[in-house]
Amino acid sequence: MLAPMADVALDAPAAAAAAPPRPDFQVVPLRGLPAVAVVLVALVAAIVANKLWALEFFHVAAGGLWTSFDLFLGFVLGPILGRLGIPARVELTTRLMPKLLLIMPTLVTCTLASGWQLGRLLGTIDSSYANHGWIVASYVVVGVMAVIALAVLEPANVAVLIELKKPRPNPEVIGTLMKRFIYTAGITGAMQVTTLVIMTKVATG
Amino acid sequence: MSERALPPVTELGVASMALIVAGGISIAAKLPNDVRLTLPILFLAASSLVMAANLVALSRVEGFNWDAFFDVAKWALVAYAVIAGILEFVFVHDGVRGGVLVVLTLSLVVYAVHVPLLIGFTVARYQ
Repeated sequence: MLAPMADVALDAPAAAAAAPPRPDFQVVPLRGLPAVAVVLVALVAAIVANKLWALEFFHVAAGGLWTSFDLFLGFVLGPILGRLGIPARVELTTRLMPKLLLIMPTLVTCTLASGWQLGRLLGTIDSSYANHGWIVASYVVVGVMAVIALAVLEPANVAVLIELKKPRPNPEVIGTLMKRFIYTAGITGAMQVTTLVIMTKVATG
Repeated sequence: MSERALPPVTELGVASMALIVAGGISIAAKLPNDVRLTLPILFLAASSLVMAANLVALSRVEGFNWDAFFDVAKWALVAYAVIAGILEFVFVHDGVRGGVLVVLTLSLVVYAVHVPLLIGFTVARYQ
C-alpha cells in the first residue's frame, strides 16, 4: 500500500533540497481515531451477530476498498504524483499519507476479520469445500501482502512522515525509505489482481 | 546520511512475520478437521527465535536512539494490540480452543510485538 510515494522517491533529494514550505500535519491524525473506533466496534458487532448481510458488507466493502486503494495509489496516483512540482508533491504527501495510516490498517482488519467469520458461516473455509485450494491460495496472497505491508511499508511510511515533520528533513533518509515503495509496488499490485481473480472464482462457485 | 552498522532488523522482521503467516496458513488450511500442531509450533518457535534474536541484536547497538524508538513503538504497540485483540476475539468467538488457540494467541503476540519493533527501529535509526 501507499505506492504513490514510489515516484516521489526518485526525486526526494531534490525535493528536500528545494525545501518548499510544508503544511503542518499530524503523523497520526487524531481527529480520525473516533471514526476508526466506530468502524471497529461495528465490525465486532457484525461478528457477534454473525449475520450474513453484515459480514458480507464488511468483507466486500472493506476488501474492495483495500484492493482499489492499492491499485489506484500504485498505478494511477503514483505516476501522477511523480510528475507534479516539488511543493505539490510534498503537500499532497503530507496530507495523504497520515490519512492512509488510519485507513489502510482499518480496512485490512475489517476485511480479514469479517472474511474469516463469513467463511465460517458459509463453510467456505472448511477443508471439505469444493474450492478449498482457491481459499488456501487466498491465505497465501493475503500473507504475502501482510508481510510486505507490516514489516516493510508501514515502518517506512511512519519514518518518512516523522522525517518530514522536522524543520529540515534529510533528503537521503526520505529517498532511502521511499525505495521500499518502488521495490514492492509491483508485488502488491500482482497480489491484489490475484485477489480479484480468487474472490470472483470463490463467489461464483 | 551517516549509516551506522546496524543489525538486519528489517530483514529478520520479514522472516519472522513470514514464519508466523506460514504457521497460520498451515492451521487455517486444515480446519475444521483436527489440526496437527507440529508444523505450526515449529513455525511459531522459529518466528519467536528470530524475534528474540532481533531484540538481542538491537539491544547491543551502541548509541541507538532508544527515546525515539520507544516514543513511536509504544503507540504502535497500542494500535497493534487492538488489532490483535480483535483477531483473538474472532478466534474465541468461533469456538477455537485448546492447542490451536494457544498457538494462534502466541502468534498474535509475536505479530503485535514485532511490528511495533520494526516501526520504532525504522524511525529511530535515522534520528
